[in-house]
Amino acid sequence: MKLKSALVAVFTGICVTTPVLADLVFPALTYRTGAYAVSGIPQADGYSDYFTMLNERDGGIGGVPIKVVECETQYNTEKGVECYEKTKGLGALVYQPMSTGITYQLIPKASADGIPIHSMGYGRTSAANGKVFPYVFNYPANYWNGASAVVNHILELNGGNIKGKKIALVYHNSGYGKEPIRTLEELSKKHGFELSLLPVDHPGQEQKSQWLQIRRERPDYVTMWGWGVMNQVAIQEAANIRFPMENFIGIWWSGSENDVIPAGDAADGYKALALHAPGMDFPLFNDMKKHVYDKGKAAGAGDQIGTILYNRGMFQAILAAEAVKVAQKMSGKSQITAADMRVGMENLEVDQAMFTKLGLPNFAPNLSVSCNNHGGAGLVAVQQWDAKSKKWNMVADFKPTDMDVINKLIAEDSAAYAKENNITPKCM
Amino acid sequence: MFYREAGEFKTSYRADQQTFPIRLDKIGFILSLFAAFVIIPITMSEYWAQAVFLPFLIFGIAAIGLNILTGYCGQVSLGSGGFMAVGAYSCYKLMTSFPDMNMLVCILLSGGVTAFVGLIFGLPSLRIKGFYLAVATLAAQFFLVWMFNKVGWFYNYSASGQITAPERTLFGYVITGAKAETVPVYFVCLGLLVFLALIARNLTRGAMGRKWMAIRDMDIAAEIIGVNPLRAKLTAFAISSFYVGVSGALLFALYLGAVEVGEAFSIQKSFIILFMIIIGGLGSIFGSLVGAAFMIGMPVILKNLLVSNLGWPGDIAAHLEFMIVGLMIIIFLILEPHGLAMLWSIIKEKLRIWPFAH
Repeated sequence: MKLKSALVAVFTGICVTTPVLADLVFPALTYRTGAYAVSGIPQADGYSDYFTMLNERDGGIGGVPIKVVECETQYNTEKGVECYEKTKGLGALVYQPMSTGITYQLIPKASADGIPIHSMGYGRTSAANGKVFPYVFNYPANYWNGASAVVNHILELNGGNIKGKKIALVYHNSGYGKEPIRTLEELSKKHGFELSLLPVDHPGQEQKSQWLQIRRERPDYVTMWGWGVMNQVAIQEAANIRFPMENFIGIWWSGSENDVIPAGDAADGYKALALHAPGMDFPLFNDMKKHVYDKGKAAGAGDQIGTILYNRGMFQAILAAEAVKVAQKMSGKSQITAADMRVGMENLEVDQAMFTKLGLPNFAPNLSVSCNNHGGAGLVAVQQWDAKSKKWNMVADFKPTDMDVINKLIAEDSAAYAKENNITPKCM
Repeated sequence: MFYREAGEFKTSYRADQQTFPIRLDKIGFILSLFAAFVIIPITMSEYWAQAVFLPFLIFGIAAIGLNILTGYCGQVSLGSGGFMAVGAYSCYKLMTSFPDMNMLVCILLSGGVTAFVGLIFGLPSLRIKGFYLAVATLAAQFFLVWMFNKVGWFYNYSASGQITAPERTLFGYVITGAKAETVPVYFVCLGLLVFLALIARNLTRGAMGRKWMAIRDMDIAAEIIGVNPLRAKLTAFAISSFYVGVSGALLFALYLGAVEVGEAFSIQKSFIILFMIIIGGLGSIFGSLVGAAFMIGMPVILKNLLVSNLGWPGDIAAHLEFMIVGLMIIIFLILEPHGLAMLWSIIKEKLRIWPFAH
C-alpha cells in the first residue's frame, strides 16, 4: 500500500507542474553541463544571484517576490524547446535563451504565445526591428554592432586605412558564428580589407587545421565568434602558432576569464569586445555579498563571482528587473503579465543616474529602447587581458558602430522575415 | 496461463500467416492503437506532446529504418544523422520550391530522395563489411553535414545557414510553422509511424526480409542458395534510408520548425538511433519502438522526477542521465543482447506457463 501511494505521488508529481501565480517568474534556460558549460555556468550564476539579492534585500520587485526557474538545456536546441514548453505555463515573464540556436527556435513560438524574449547581445540580429519582431529584444548591442566594432577598432589602430589588410574570422559553425559574416562582407567592400572565413565545427575542440591555415595565410588580424570550450582552444592554438595576441580580437562572448586563463601567460594581450565593465569594484557587490554570498545563497559553486560572464548574467537580470519596474508603473499593478513585460521592455530607459542608483556607476553606457529600435544604441568597448595581474582592462571606451551599414542590413533581413511569415510591420 | 496460444486452430494459410496470429496479441495491438489514436490525444498536455510523444513518434520511424538495415540485414550504419539531414533538407527545398505541394507528398518524396542517397552510400557495402562499413557510413554522416553547411543552395542562402519551415496546412489544419497545432501534428506523425511500421513488418516477414536475414546470418551461404547480395543489401539501404529520411523531414518540418544541420543532425543523432535499436532489440519492429520510447522518455522522466519532484540541481540530473544511458547499454549488451523486445518475449513465455516454472 505504501509503495502504491508513493508511486501515485511520484506519478502525479511528474504529470502536474503546479503554476505559481503569486510570483514574478523568470525561467532561466541554463547550461551547466556539456561543452559550453564553461561559459554557461558564470552567466547562469550571475542571473540567478541578482534576483536572489532582490528577494533578500527588497522582497522582490514592487513587493512581489521573484521566482527563477532553472532548466538545463546543455546548449542544445531540442532540450531548449523542451524547457520552453515546460516553463511557459508557469507565468513566465521573459525568456533569456542564452543561446542563438534556441533563440531562433523560440522566436516564432514565443511570438505566437505572446511572451517576450530578451537575447542580450546574441540571437537574431534583425530582431532589432521591433515592428517585425514585437516580442524579441536584443539590446544593448547585437552581432552586427560587434562586427563593426572590431573593424572600427582595427581602423583606429591603423589610422583609418586598412585597404589590403587581411582579416580572418574564426567562427563557430552555427547560426551564431555565421551572424557577423554578412556585415563583415559589407564592411570589407567599404574599407577594402580582405576577409577570410574559417568555420570551426561543434564543439570546437578540434581547430588544428584552421590555425594551420592562419599560419600559412598570415592574416593581419584575427577575429573570433566562439563560445564554450572553443574559446580556450582557439586562444591556446593562437599562442601555439605565436600569433600576436593584440591582433586577435574576440566578440564579447569570447572574452571571459575562463577563456584566457588556460593559456596562461601566452594569452597576454588578447582583446575582446565588451558590453559592460569588468571586475567587482562596484557598490552593488556589497549588497550582493551581504544578502547572497554571506548567507550561502549563491547559485552554483559560487566560484564565478565577479567574472565577465557573471557580470553579464547579472546585467541581464538587472535589465529584466528594470523592465519589470517600468511595466509595473505603466500597467499600474504589481503582479504583471508577459504582455505588460513586453511593454515595459519596449519603454525601458537606463541612464547613468540609474546605474549609479543601482550601485553600478559607469558599468555600461546609457540604454534606451523603442518600438523602432529593439537593439539599443549598439555602443561597444574593447577590453584587453593582462595575464600577469589576471585582469581585463578597458582599452577603448564605448563607441558607436557603423549604423549606416547595419541599419540597412537590419531593414533588409527583417523585411525578408516579414515576407516569409506574412507579418505586416507595425508597432504594437 | 495469462497469455496463451493453445486452442487457436487455423484452417487456412492466410489465417496462419497473419501478422498477429495469436488472439491476445491482436487484442493488445488494437488496444494500443486505440490508446494512441483516442486516449492520448484527448489527455495529453502540450508539454508531454512536445517533450515525449512527438519525438517518440518521429524517432520511432528512424529506429525502424535503422533496424531494417542493421537488425535485419546486418549492415552497421553510423550515418543515420546524415540521412535524416537529407530528408530534412529535401523537405525544405520541396516546401520552398513548390509551395502548393501537399505536405504528406512532400514528406514521402523527401524519403524518396533520401532512399536514393542511401542507395549511393550503400554501394560500398558490397565490398566492405562490419567495422569498415561502419566507418564508411560515418564518412557519409560527416560528408552530408559538411555539404549542407557549405553549399548555400540547400538553405536558400539564408544568412544564418538555418532552414525554417514555412507554414503549411493539411486538411485545413496548420501543421508546420509557428502556429502549428499540436494535435494535428501528432496525428500526422502517428499515422505515418503506424503506416510505415506495418509496411516494415510485412516487408521483413516476406521474401525480401528473409533475404535480408539470410545475408545477415551468413552472406556466403545466402549467396549459394540464390540470394543476390547486391539486390538484398541495396534494397535494405534504400528502404532503411527512406524511413530515416521521412523521420528527418518530420523532425524538421513538424517538430523543430527551424534546423541547423551541425546541431540537429550531428553524429549524436546517429548514436542515439543506434542506441534505440540496441536497447530495444535488433531485428524487431516492436523493439525499435520500445527502444525509441526508452531513449526519448527516460531523460524527460528522469529530469522531471529529480529536478521537479526532488529538487535536485539540473546539472546533476543531466550528468546522471549520461551515466544511466551508458550503464543501460553495457547491461543490455552483457545480459540481454537482443534488447527489450527479447525481455518482452521472456515475459510472455513466463506468462504462458504460469504458475509452473518450467
